[in-house]
Amino acid sequence: MNQYFIRRLLFAMPTLLAISFIIFAVLSLAPNDPMSQFALNPAVPQEVRDNIRRSLGLDQPWPIRYGKWLYTLVTTGDLGFSFSSRLPVTELILQRLPTTLWVIGMAYVLSVLLAIPLGVISAVKQYSLFDHLATTVAFIGFSLPTFFTGLIFILIFGVRLKWFPWIYDSTIKVTDADSFLLVLKQSVLPVMVLTLFQTATLMRYVRASMLENIPQDYVRTARAKGLSERAVLFGHIFRNSLIPVVTLIALGIPTIFTGALITEQIFRVPGIGSLLVSSFNSSDTPVIMGVTIIFAVLVVLFNLIVDVLYGFLDPRIKYS
Amino acid sequence: MNSVQRKRILLLASLAVIVLMFAACAPAAQPTPVPPTQAPAPTQAPAATQAPAPTQAPPAASGRGSCGTLKLLWWQAPTILNPHLAQGTKDYDASRLVYLPLASVGPDGIPDASTGLAAEVPTKDNGGIAADGMSITWKLKPGLKWSDGQPITADDVVFTWQYASDPATAATTASSFQDIKNVEKVDDTTVKISWNAPNPIPYVAFVGPLGMVIPKHVFADYIGAKASQAPANLAPVGSGPFKVAEFKPGDVVTYTANENFFDPDKPCFASVNLKGGGDATSAARAVLETGDVDYAWNLQVPADVLGGLAAAGKGDIVNAVSGNLERILIQRTDVSPEMGELRGEPVDKGGKPHPFLSDLKVRQALALAIDRENIGKIYGGKGVAGEGTCNVIIAPPALISTKDNGLCEFNIEKANALLDEAGWTKGSDGIRHKTVDGKDVKMNIIYQTSVNAVRQAEQQIVKEGWTQLGINVELKSVDAGVFFSSDEANPDTAAKFWTDVEMFTNGPAQTDDIAYVRSWVCSEIKTKSEGWRGNNYERYCNPEYDKLVDQLTTELDPAKRIEIYKQLNDILVSDVVVIPLVARNFPVAGKAKALKGVEANPWEGDLWNAMNWTNK
Repeated sequence: MNQYFIRRLLFAMPTLLAISFIIFAVLSLAPNDPMSQFALNPAVPQEVRDNIRRSLGLDQPWPIRYGKWLYTLVTTGDLGFSFSSRLPVTELILQRLPTTLWVIGMAYVLSVLLAIPLGVISAVKQYSLFDHLATTVAFIGFSLPTFFTGLIFILIFGVRLKWFPWIYDSTIKVTDADSFLLVLKQSVLPVMVLTLFQTATLMRYVRASMLENIPQDYVRTARAKGLSERAVLFGHIFRNSLIPVVTLIALGIPTIFTGALITEQIFRVPGIGSLLVSSFNSSDTPVIMGVTIIFAVLVVLFNLIVDVLYGFLDPRIKYS
Repeated sequence: MNSVQRKRILLLASLAVIVLMFAACAPAAQPTPVPPTQAPAPTQAPAATQAPAPTQAPPAASGRGSCGTLKLLWWQAPTILNPHLAQGTKDYDASRLVYLPLASVGPDGIPDASTGLAAEVPTKDNGGIAADGMSITWKLKPGLKWSDGQPITADDVVFTWQYASDPATAATTASSFQDIKNVEKVDDTTVKISWNAPNPIPYVAFVGPLGMVIPKHVFADYIGAKASQAPANLAPVGSGPFKVAEFKPGDVVTYTANENFFDPDKPCFASVNLKGGGDATSAARAVLETGDVDYAWNLQVPADVLGGLAAAGKGDIVNAVSGNLERILIQRTDVSPEMGELRGEPVDKGGKPHPFLSDLKVRQALALAIDRENIGKIYGGKGVAGEGTCNVIIAPPALISTKDNGLCEFNIEKANALLDEAGWTKGSDGIRHKTVDGKDVKMNIIYQTSVNAVRQAEQQIVKEGWTQLGINVELKSVDAGVFFSSDEANPDTAAKFWTDVEMFTNGPAQTDDIAYVRSWVCSEIKTKSEGWRGNNYERYCNPEYDKLVDQLTTELDPAKRIEIYKQLNDILVSDVVVIPLVARNFPVAGKAKALKGVEANPWEGDLWNAMNWTNK
């Protein structure tokens, strides 16, 4: 087991290296630079822009810049500093982390809590009115892109009904019940959008997995043993169906850290997703690299965790 | 576990896709109006009076901090609060609440000391500007203090110059300090700037958004290469109406009134919340329809949508005519692919003149077949984003030529007559042609611009007019990131201009901007040997025009300068170097009905006079 673990970790290294290299190459070869804001501005002439580019080290060829970036990261763990705010990338990401975890994390937890019972009921009562209803809503949920549902929700609940604010205010400090309610209220719309989307996907998954197990022989055996329907359902079908679902949920956890690009942009949630978007717009390479490399590490890590988890969940699987 | 594996691959792939997607669509340059960021220099000397009065009657004395909270919404979020390291207009704006220049530039283009640190604007009449035009002497208001209580002195002004003009600092504002020989302290409140040569445009350094003065005692250790590390880049100590309470880069800035601000009655607002991020349309909605914020910046929203939102009645559109001109550039050289290496090269570099666009009558015909009224409608007209115009220099009002160059009307008949006259006859296919240099030349025009719904609508209207002249027009739209890039390998850039006509917006950065009119002189012609770096897109060359521009660099008399600008405009219009289409407004912002004191100013940032804003 340990050997397997170490081997997997070693395999992860070249993967991460390749990911960072490809992203850096794509960013460097794309036709944009941090000074693009000033490209057409006669007040910031070419010489000034060239000088700033030089001061940011952008006059060097990109393979050298990549080498330097990698060297600093490996030797000191330093992700560099942002071109636009001159802050260390780590600090920028840490600033955004609480909001991201709060909004995106809450949406994720909610989706899991909703999707599992909905999926189970839908599967057990297949083709019932509830199943049809849940399936229809789920289809709508994952067919509609978040930028669309986001705008619809803003128009209905923000502009027309005025129930919830739709411009996220990160300056509210939680000191008492009232301020907590305010924070909760402004999180409702983005959380709703994300929950609708994620619940829909996850619920279909739970339902399919349950339906796969219901007609199995072991279920018939369990029933033949005289077990109560309840014990059959939760003790046998549900437990077995949960194996792929748990995997899926665990693999989704890294996305919480990177935030939701579009939803954060629409609701002005200052999470890591919006940090990534604005960094792309201003070609802030160190920040983009920082966020994506952390994402890559998390994805690789959670893949590993899922595989290890498998061994515990499913005794049939053995690693050697 | 097929789907689990698929999900894994998907996650990793999504990384690459996201990066690719953004790398592809991140604009290399905005096709939007150029926000004027350089301190404009006025063409008129300000009246030689004592401390100039505010441009509008000030609101009734309201008392500092009695207006509550001011909510601002910028759809690009500020990332740094040091104007000299700014990465865009957003950063100049966010810094402007904290720092002040010596003087602002008023909406009319005339410097205004009431919103700056100077006691008055130096002129020749009050002795502030040397008679030989070699220096200018500024006096600070008495008793100025930084927000930490330290006095503001001439040392800070001198330091700001040293800081921003040090190449190692890599300041974005460096260009406003060029041509300065020395900045010296005369006494604690007097500073003298001397130039290398007589300067006809004296109000550039320390005026407007590029000229904000920073404190020496805070930044002294962070000059040059260490500029990036200054804690004050994010937590400034300033002279403006507000000071920073909290700053989250890329998200929000909260300010409170600066108790050391020079006017004890101002600002009226006790605090300011500048929220960043999102998109322009929802920002417009927040200020015009729902009233969630008091002011929203740069509403780049289709004119009909903006007009619809404004009808909700919660807010008003704030705008001003800027110098930004949407226009059609006319190619003067032969850009046909057969030219090979000499494609688009001027005649003296071995190129050839354009087979039909080098003919004045053809260009006049093109200009007459433009339906400006309908093109202006796309921009929503004067009250929204812009209206049709026939001039190249369109702001400030003092510079606008009133001469009728005879090309402003929409007259297809007259245009057709001109083409007949020039010997271009319609062939069996209805397309005009003529034998030029023994070769049959057909009037085929390739018309390129950037991908942008508004631009494509304009292209359609222009094409309709030109088709009626018997010209075959092929429309081409290029992604803005490519079109405005300086990529020498790409054949589709605006700089190479390998088509017959192209369209985009440009304008002066300041009211008296020699650089703007210089973009049509012979020496600025874009050529292959210089990597198409010059600013003369049209490859236009006219010695008479060049001579007038040369005069501008030495002429010190403001009245004569105005005359020269008007003459330059008339040459560009009557020689049909470009076809002016739309005078674009800048800024186009939105404000709540209750907010007073906002003055749209094309030469400054939106918050230039925020100290005067009130809701009473």
